[in-house]
Amino acid sequence: MPSIKEHTLHISASTEELEVIRTFVADHAREFGFGEAEISDITLCVDEACTNIIKHAYQWKKGKPIHIQLAMKGNEMLVTIIDEGKPFDPDKYEVPTLEEQLSQKKRSGYGILLIRKLMDHVEYLNRRSRNEIRMTKKR
Amino acid sequence: MSKFEIQKRSHSEVTILDIYGELDAHTAPVLEKELQQLIEKNFVHIVVNGSGLEYISSAGLGVFMAYIEDIRSQSGDIKISCLKPKVFNVFDLLGFPTLYDIVDNEDEAITRFK
Repeated sequence: MPSIKEHTLHISASTEELEVIRTFVADHAREFGFGEAEISDITLCVDEACTNIIKHAYQWKKGKPIHIQLAMKGNEMLVTIIDEGKPFDPDKYEVPTLEEQLSQKKRSGYGILLIRKLMDHVEYLNRRSRNEIRMTKKR
Repeated sequence: MSKFEIQKRSHSEVTILDIYGELDAHTAPVLEKELQQLIEKNFVHIVVNGSGLEYISSAGLGVFMAYIEDIRSQSGDIKISCLKPKVFNVFDLLGFPTLYDIVDNEDEAITRFK
């Protein structure tokens, strides 16, 4: 069995906390042995996922919980982010096109696209009013 | 907390925004307010110098997306210059270089308005 290293951050859903979240993720990704480019990718994806939780799941209501867990198993990092807000249905997600977004003055949907492009695997789970995003990145 | 700052300069009809720090969902409203004020004053020839920009998320990119049509409809544009490679990478992943002028240096960005 490969050894598992884990770190957890419990934080209040607010954009004020995004910098704390990024520092937490970057520090531990570095400790897990990722290179700087991969650290930037993982950090951005966690920021995007948490921003979506703040914006969509909690609709900007402050003080709601976000739990972030980082685990390194073998050469793979698993990021788990849990919230208790409105669930996200990935089946209803449509990949935005930049031309359409500009003409319609929209600006949403890009966080998920970045996560899909930069992480190796992403899945969304919903259990008893808890939403869970799991994403993995290989070193 | 994320830190983000804008300093403004003028070069003939071009307004240059030097942006510093981290542009995320927390700091995006600062850039948004600046662009709104420039549009209101019809200062729509805008060069963004991103040499001091350390980080951008899609919330930051969203600000560029939200105002570009208004700016172009007033015969203006936003030219983006001097991005660090890791910041440019985020613009690139979402296809920005096909719809925005993103150049290596500020002088080239200014020249594109001539």
